[in-house]
Amino acid sequence: MKEDFWKEVGLSESEYELIKEILQREPNEVELGMFGVMWSEHCSYKNSRNVLKQFPTEAPWVLQGPGENAGVIDIGDGQAVAFKIESHNHPSAIEPYQGAATGVGGIIRDIFTMGARPIASLNSLRFGSLKSKKTQYLFSGVVSGIAGYGNRIGVPTVAGEVYFHPSYEDNCLVNAMSVGLMNHEELAKGFASGPGNPVFVVGARTGRDGIHGATFASEELSEATEEKRPAVQAGDPFMEKLLMEACLEVIKTGYVVGMQDMGAAGITSSACEMASRAGTGIEIDVAKVPCREEGMSAYEILLSESQERMLIVVQKGKEKEVQDIFTKWDLEATVIGQVTADGQMTIREGKEIVAQIPAKALTELCPRYDREAKEPEYLAQAQGYDLASLPEMEDYGKVLVTLLGTPTIASKEWVYSQFDYMVGTNTVVPPGSDAAVLRIKGYNKGIAMKVDGNSRYVYLDPYRGGQIAVAEAARNIICTGGKPLAITDCLNFGNPEKPEIFWQFKQAVAGMSEACRVLGTPVVGGNVSLYNETNGEAIYPTPIVGIVGLVEDLAHVTTLGFKQEEDIIILLGITKDELGASTYLSVIHGLEAGKTPEIDLELEKQVQQATLELIKMGLVVSAHDCSEGGLAVALAECCIQGKIGADVALTENIRPSSILFGESQSRIIISINKSKIDLVLQQLKKFQVPYKVLGSVGGDSLNIAGSGWKVNVDVAEMEEKYREAIACLMKG
Amino acid sequence: MKFGVVVFPGSSCEADCYYIIDQILQEPVSYLWHAEQDLRGVDCLIIPGGYAYGNYLRAGAIASNSPIMEKVIAFGKKGGLILGICNGFQILTEAGLLPGALIKNRSLRFQCENTLLRVEQTNTPFTSTYTQHEVIKIPIAHEEGAYVADKETLERLEKEGRIVFRYCNEQGEITPETNPNGALNNIAGIINEQGNILGMMPHPERCAEAILGGEDGERIFSSLLAWWQGGAGR
Repeated sequence: MKEDFWKEVGLSESEYELIKEILQREPNEVELGMFGVMWSEHCSYKNSRNVLKQFPTEAPWVLQGPGENAGVIDIGDGQAVAFKIESHNHPSAIEPYQGAATGVGGIIRDIFTMGARPIASLNSLRFGSLKSKKTQYLFSGVVSGIAGYGNRIGVPTVAGEVYFHPSYEDNCLVNAMSVGLMNHEELAKGFASGPGNPVFVVGARTGRDGIHGATFASEELSEATEEKRPAVQAGDPFMEKLLMEACLEVIKTGYVVGMQDMGAAGITSSACEMASRAGTGIEIDVAKVPCREEGMSAYEILLSESQERMLIVVQKGKEKEVQDIFTKWDLEATVIGQVTADGQMTIREGKEIVAQIPAKALTELCPRYDREAKEPEYLAQAQGYDLASLPEMEDYGKVLVTLLGTPTIASKEWVYSQFDYMVGTNTVVPPGSDAAVLRIKGYNKGIAMKVDGNSRYVYLDPYRGGQIAVAEAARNIICTGGKPLAITDCLNFGNPEKPEIFWQFKQAVAGMSEACRVLGTPVVGGNVSLYNETNGEAIYPTPIVGIVGLVEDLAHVTTLGFKQEEDIIILLGITKDELGASTYLSVIHGLEAGKTPEIDLELEKQVQQATLELIKMGLVVSAHDCSEGGLAVALAECCIQGKIGADVALTENIRPSSILFGESQSRIIISINKSKIDLVLQQLKKFQVPYKVLGSVGGDSLNIAGSGWKVNVDVAEMEEKYREAIACLMKG
Repeated sequence: MKFGVVVFPGSSCEADCYYIIDQILQEPVSYLWHAEQDLRGVDCLIIPGGYAYGNYLRAGAIASNSPIMEKVIAFGKKGGLILGICNGFQILTEAGLLPGALIKNRSLRFQCENTLLRVEQTNTPFTSTYTQHEVIKIPIAHEEGAYVADKETLERLEKEGRIVFRYCNEQGEITPETNPNGALNNIAGIINEQGNILGMMPHPERCAEAILGGEDGERIFSSLLAWWQGGAGR
């Protein structure tokens, strides 16, 4: 072993010293490799764990909070939903198709490991400017990778979001979320309990792919990263489909003691995490692991990140029953070891012991760091930018059409039409609305789900941006008729060893935590992706919120499109003179500046509750939240999806650009039947929610009248721009 | 009427088809595992969509040689009713029960979207409850769905009225613009010579309930039932 081998596996000198202290001896090469992956940020959360403690994680409906393969919440009738989001950023930046595909595969395994049948996938994607050839390559590769894996496995991809911004040019973000459904009694966990119980490896054979993937994911990208392409694994969705069906079948037998998928750090992490959780030890003979190629060393077998594999602990004596199920699905299931009582992770190669480490040393004893945090210098200047001096535009209609044709705002049909979003025949609200809704067969209820996050808000004010990320995700659920229940988060940031980055991270998590508390949506799981930097340049801080809500009655399902002539349009919430951090500023003025819009979480809660109550009373025809592009873009989207126009008056005494395109928070546009206006207004007064009657639905253009200015745009013109913007750029 | 849904290890629409027959049509239905050779006395077979064996080779190529297909082919040749949907259609062409082939979409991408179809033939067990040239909405979800066949086959299909569905617009017009995937003659579904085997790329089981945005697909299943009850089953 080379003297500084610890460096190669990504450890620091102090960590190496600590390992020697724990073991009371020098670790060998295999052991160091195991420490290297398990103590990487990706597996250990050593830089983030102390910060993550702020998240509220409990509620009466939470059945499983953070710490397992996925969070689980109760949705009544003895049913539960398991869900989680995870990043696959670095692999996707190097090899977009396989990087994204295996991201989908990994998160789906996390869900069926819990005993839940995956029923929906979501994704949150970030790329550089779509005008760049490199972005087009990454974007189309990632989308087809998600399609290639997700479609093949037969789980619908029902919602997502895509933003384009130069900060992601070389470090795209691919966050994949999976949602599964189960009965309470089917909940399985990653516990290696019961000494003497056999340990199986099932599914694909182990190959030399993805060795040190977790370590690679915990470093910055650079030109040299291209050479790490072999650290990206290749996915086999057909194998995963077999594995999923077999695992769900085997869980139903009741013979499974614990199960965990092999993602980052392969056999090493699944084995030591399961033993560590159960307070047991585990003994594995690597010579028994079925390998794809000959001559693989213990080191390679232990660290391989070959996809579509699971580690399963089974009740002793039930080996045959379990094996038969895997055989039916044409899968290998091999006993490679057993649970022990000694708390040790013992690795044999035949008779020889090649590594022996206390299981908890790899997990709980990993050092945790409280990194230095310092407010970045850019912030004061960017926030203080004098927006009052910006000129007003001459033609707001033109600005509106330009914004609708901006890839970040434009329809994502080019993306989601490549995903099978219908398989399973549960998709009641398909992609293109504020959130997706899936019905639960056999019941009159559904679940709503969405992923969301606006990194410009976080860049310009991490605390507020964090609050908004949660609030907006919840608002999306409300607008489809669901009650938000819980969230999963994917925190994508730069290098935490830089004080400015760590400050962003801490602030954002604090803001998210606060919003979770006020809105009653605990965090039940998630993922941290740090070191998202290329050649020293960090991405915009990008916390992504994945959220699940319950639609108590399918009659509550609401979509964003205006529906019928003469319906009255009402805006809940307050429009302020807030242009800061807006898409308008970025697209029209080339400015990433100003203050992130204010958010009053109590007002947010009021607006959300009022909207949901009105929906439940059957008074709401359509509902849509105001987000990127402000009120004008939101109204345009209501018209485009409904294929009908609207006449509205916006009379606030603030400048037209702010009224139209400012991104004031906590606003929802609803349309109601004209005969219900008195009842609705009476209710809104009862809820003490600020509101404004804007106008009515009808005609074939969107007409907005202000004091001394107006906007008239044909719905057909808006639709063309909105629907074709991305396809056009991808053709170019 | 007894239905059987053939299940390959990578099928993904088998439960959707099962659900329609069980819950909407309310007729008996069972799954038929690919490795077995027992059709359990069913009256109609459904070959569902999905990725039978991963479709890494030509879609449906491996499935057409699986153990159960021997029985399926014999069943079809004896006049048994078979409905192949999406990957099921691909499997039926690979197995030689239907002519032609399905190749990669013109876009070279997977496409999931609603399509409009013109019903070209109502004189089949699968389409008797539609009206001639009715325009119906049924979604597609495929990457290899462009129907192709050699000139003679195509002419024969046209002449014998064996093209059952074509992609069209709201007015029922068949134009290049209404063709989502580049299928020859806008073909979305065809029937065999005997009229007992239908293959179609669109997914009728995905639009058989109002809550999913349409019920046009349900009538394929209810047509089968009506046809059966109207005499074929006695």
